[in-house]
Amino acid sequence: MSGWEKSAVTLAVFLPAAGALAVALVPRHLDRLIRALGILSSGAALAVGVAILFGFDYGAGRELQFELNTRWIDAINARYHVGLDGISLPLFELTLLLSFLCLVYTWRFLPEPGRPKAFVALTLLLETGMAGTFVAFDLILFFIFWELVLVPMYFLIGIWGSANREYAAIKFFLYTLFGSVFMLLAFLGMFFKGPTPHTFDLLALQEFGAAGGFSRDLQMLLFAGVFLGFAIKVPMWPFHTWLPDAHTEAPTIGSVLLAGILLKMGTYGFVRIALPVLPDAARAWAPAIGVLAVIAIVYAALACLAQRDLKRLIAFSSVGHMGFVMLGIATLSDIGINAAIFGMVAHGIITGMLFFEVGSIYDRYHTRMIADIGGGMLQKIPWLAGLFAYTAIASLGLPGLAGFWGEVMALLSAYNPSGAVSEWTTLFRTLMVFGGIGTILTAGYFLWMLQRVNLGTVPDRWRDVPIPDVTRVELVAWAPLLVGILLLGVFPRAVLGVTNEAVEALVRVFGG
Amino acid sequence: MIRFAWLVPALPLVAFFLIVFFGKRTPGKGAPIGIAAVFAAFVLSLLVLSHVAGGGEPVERSLPFFQAGRLELEVGTRVDGLAAVMMVVVTLVSLAVQVYSVGYMHGDRRYTWYFAALSLFTGSMLNLVVASNLFQLLVGWELVGICSYLLIGHWWEEKENSNAAIKAFITTKTGDVPFLFGIFVLWLAAGTANIGEITELVEHGEIAAGTLTVAALLLFGGAIGKSAQFPLHVWLPDAMAGPTPVSALIHAATMVAAGVYLAARLFAVFAASATALSFVGAIGVVTMLIAAVLALVQDDIKRVLAYSTVSQLAYMMAGLGLGEPGFTPSQFHLFTHAWFKALLFLAAGSVIHAVHTNDMRAMGGLRRQMPVTFWTFLVGSAALAGIFPLAGFWSKDEIIAAAWHSGHDLIFVGALATAALTALYMTRAVLLTFFGEYRGEAHPHESPRVMTWPLLLLAALSVGAGFLNASAFGVHTFAEWVHVGPEAHVEPFSWALAAVSLLAAGAGVAAGVALYGRYRERDPLRAAGPLYTFVERKYFLDDLYLKGIVRPTAYTVAAAVNWTNQYILDGLVNAAGWVARRVARLVDRLDRRVVDGAVNGVAFTTNVSGGLLRYIQTGNVQRYAVFLFVGVAVLAILITRVA
Amino acid sequence: MIAEATIRLPFVLFFSAVLFAAGVYGVLARRNAVLVLMSIELMLNAVNLNLVAFAARLGDLAGQVFALFVITVAAAEVGIGLAIVILIYRNRETINVDEVNLLKW
Repeated sequence: MSGWEKSAVTLAVFLPAAGALAVALVPRHLDRLIRALGILSSGAALAVGVAILFGFDYGAGRELQFELNTRWIDAINARYHVGLDGISLPLFELTLLLSFLCLVYTWRFLPEPGRPKAFVALTLLLETGMAGTFVAFDLILFFIFWELVLVPMYFLIGIWGSANREYAAIKFFLYTLFGSVFMLLAFLGMFFKGPTPHTFDLLALQEFGAAGGFSRDLQMLLFAGVFLGFAIKVPMWPFHTWLPDAHTEAPTIGSVLLAGILLKMGTYGFVRIALPVLPDAARAWAPAIGVLAVIAIVYAALACLAQRDLKRLIAFSSVGHMGFVMLGIATLSDIGINAAIFGMVAHGIITGMLFFEVGSIYDRYHTRMIADIGGGMLQKIPWLAGLFAYTAIASLGLPGLAGFWGEVMALLSAYNPSGAVSEWTTLFRTLMVFGGIGTILTAGYFLWMLQRVNLGTVPDRWRDVPIPDVTRVELVAWAPLLVGILLLGVFPRAVLGVTNEAVEALVRVFGG
Repeated sequence: MIRFAWLVPALPLVAFFLIVFFGKRTPGKGAPIGIAAVFAAFVLSLLVLSHVAGGGEPVERSLPFFQAGRLELEVGTRVDGLAAVMMVVVTLVSLAVQVYSVGYMHGDRRYTWYFAALSLFTGSMLNLVVASNLFQLLVGWELVGICSYLLIGHWWEEKENSNAAIKAFITTKTGDVPFLFGIFVLWLAAGTANIGEITELVEHGEIAAGTLTVAALLLFGGAIGKSAQFPLHVWLPDAMAGPTPVSALIHAATMVAAGVYLAARLFAVFAASATALSFVGAIGVVTMLIAAVLALVQDDIKRVLAYSTVSQLAYMMAGLGLGEPGFTPSQFHLFTHAWFKALLFLAAGSVIHAVHTNDMRAMGGLRRQMPVTFWTFLVGSAALAGIFPLAGFWSKDEIIAAAWHSGHDLIFVGALATAALTALYMTRAVLLTFFGEYRGEAHPHESPRVMTWPLLLLAALSVGAGFLNASAFGVHTFAEWVHVGPEAHVEPFSWALAAVSLLAAGAGVAAGVALYGRYRERDPLRAAGPLYTFVERKYFLDDLYLKGIVRPTAYTVAAAVNWTNQYILDGLVNAAGWVARRVARLVDRLDRRVVDGAVNGVAFTTNVSGGLLRYIQTGNVQRYAVFLFVGVAVLAILITRVA
Repeated sequence: MIAEATIRLPFVLFFSAVLFAAGVYGVLARRNAVLVLMSIELMLNAVNLNLVAFAARLGDLAGQVFALFVITVAAAEVGIGLAIVILIYRNRETINVDEVNLLKW
């Protein structure tokens, strides 16, 4: 293995952190330089990411590639073990891309109260945390990256958020932290009850878990711990209530990263840690997870129908879409987990885009209330409104666009769940029916939202207010996402071709 | 030639992107791009048809699309006679409609976008038609749905239009969900989603009958939604809010026929289940009758045609419900219906274009000002009513004959009754629109040629298309193109049956002339009293859906869920936070009062005692001396005592 | 013999007690600082009387030596005392001890 292969992942993860450090050293009045540094360092990370894409061996998606495994904290046998396989690669690349686009967007848009230095540095730090979570193969390392994400996001919401920001920031922080504590306890449980010598290494634990190393009762207990940690992050119903507040109050790019990547850390955790290390418990928990997932789908759709705040509506729609992802995971089947990862990427792109657009609408109208905007956006700002409609329609799962395959495949997997949960097939099929009803409701609230915001005539209060259409910076920051939405829709193999191998290897523990 | 079948859907799709990105900057504002693409697709379709016309095995060409575990999908084309005919229908109607739209939509606010959406629709519809794979079919299926949404809501400034668009999308989506599940059932049972492989497995009896019944019924859910069959027919009349050419293309000739096409495409699945066939037939009979009755009480010319479409689609469904004997007739009816219904819509559009209203009460006497429109509309109406020897006669007669010969009396009676009703409401429409005196305010005039040419083309087809399968003259061309099984099924022609069906139509026409020969302000049918109201209110189905399902869901249930979320789930979280803060405050108080209190208490005691003692310190030396002496004296006394 | 004509001890002690009481009274009650100093002298001398008387009675010279020491110390004490009084007077223009009460609380 060459040095490049060993260091590429680390480079991509820590380049943004280095950028944050550099930004911290720049005097505060050099505003442009600070923002340029942000774009540059995340751009450099993205460039490394693209190079990794070219170097990745897609035929061996189940193998850990670009692996680096070296000693780190000997006292507890925690190692610096990072790498990429077919499951983490799409999410890792998504992280690098979205963060970069967020910083490009920041070139022009910086929410009140300004302070670009802190903003850019925190965003870069956030990127390191997020990217690190998806490459860590050591539980302690994973946990550190996981928690590293909290702090910058807390400040992003708490400082640059809107009116009720402090409440939202604290709620987000405490709620997530609450879950993480149980997760950490479960990790410690794996450490002490796991293979000897005690290890936090994920691969070793997976092997141990697959061989039935943990007793069933212990698995149930450990699963409860990681479940709390991940379920709050996803967020699964009924642990979702931090999300609408956090999303609504967060600044635009905070919402984008929150919806686009942070939520995926939870679902990724299920796929990466909970399922392979604790297969028996996963089997036992799967029906419950499926039920919660479908409750989330229907419940979020209904809640969306009642929202008056555009951003809050989009936030709730995330709960529903993550419900589809969790439904896929709960089936423990190859199709379901492929659907889940596809759904994560698609949701990251689509909902990230939706939050960008809602942010831009807010920048222009200075209100997020649907009734205050009052319709006619397609007349007033046709391009922005058109893109909004395009993204919303993608989000409601139109085929040909990204949202479709994840949703359909999740439902399909519920129709035919893994043999490991075959005694629950009837339950899963019932869940599929409710999930199907959820898709109707989803279409309903998105189209209703579009009708109330986009269609109709411009209300009097906005008629003479000059409102600019899409600006160049916005277009540059959005273009990759807009193209991505179409690309994933017509060419789902772009993701599934990467994940399938790894997923098939993963579900082998559930009997294929 | 069939190698290039994929180009047929691809061309309009490419045109869509070209129009969206460059349409506004090109001469003709994008319309020529769409027309050229669909024309090329039409020519290709004809070539494809000529290749498969001889019958034989369907030709399939596929590429792998993706693999996710057990789910392996391919994308490709599967062309047989049915698909080829459908391709020709779609491309030709689309061509006529797009040419017509150049005139009809002239000066429209979103002219370019309109043509883009038409191209997207055409491409998606063609994709649905040629799809070799159920999931690919589903993609086209949903895409035409969104195109329908976009085009119904084309004039979205008006709330009714966007309401109609949403209604159309959500109602059909309600059917799409069971459709999706039907695909799942087939996929799991067959281990593949390939239409050809599924058909083969079913024909070899390798899939359990029960499974097939479930699959067929679920799939038919999609057909009910898309083809506007009872009980999901309610969206189609509202969909008339869209521009009239759109109604002609999407809501008359092509998209709404997709349900029928689907049932035909997967006919093996349906045919394997008697239950499913009976269900299809039953839905067909119910729908054709209730829709025909509804068409009788409409004042909006487009709504008359819309309900007529529902009724005619039900005709095709009923034909499919007959099983194998009904297959070719129903598809033949789909074929002929596409021409004359598109014609009727375009002619109606021409009228609307001239008088600026849809209301037939504000029309009348237009045959003088609009001769071309009048004659073509008349031809279309006659074809629809099944008048010999127009297209509708042949196809309708075949269904009736097939019902008779296969002993499906209910379908036979229903079809005859519907034929009579159809003749009645079309007579009414023609009389109200073109005869009598003009009752409107506008100055009607004939439409421009770009609009009348497509009318003439479609009129010619409405006259002539029937002869493709005129069994009376021993012509079975269509049956050779489209049939199930190795041999074309030829229904023996019976002059007696034809006479009966003509008699039914004639009765309808006669009744129409009797009732509407002279214009009356008050519709003569109102004499039926509450029954008329019942029909006029669309059997209260709309009210049931709107007040019984949509509004409670969108307002009451949604508000309840939101309330639960805010006050119960989030309330719990906030309560946890509140309790934590209360406890914290309590601990804080304890800390201040008790723990820190002890420390402060020591200091306080010292302070107070010192404060009291200081008063002894007067500064007066003599007083100190007094203390001194008193002290000495006391000490002395004490010492002496102790001693 | 004259040596026989010694004064009896109780008389001396009584006299010395009266003298001491007068001194105490002076120290505690008089306001004039000079008189207070003089009263202190009275007390010291009363002590001296006792020392001498007991020395004579017990035939031990130590008492007389003590008396000599006391006289010396008293002389020094008066010197310093008067100096303080003069300084107080210079500062406060009074030698009334009631008014010299700054050193309190």
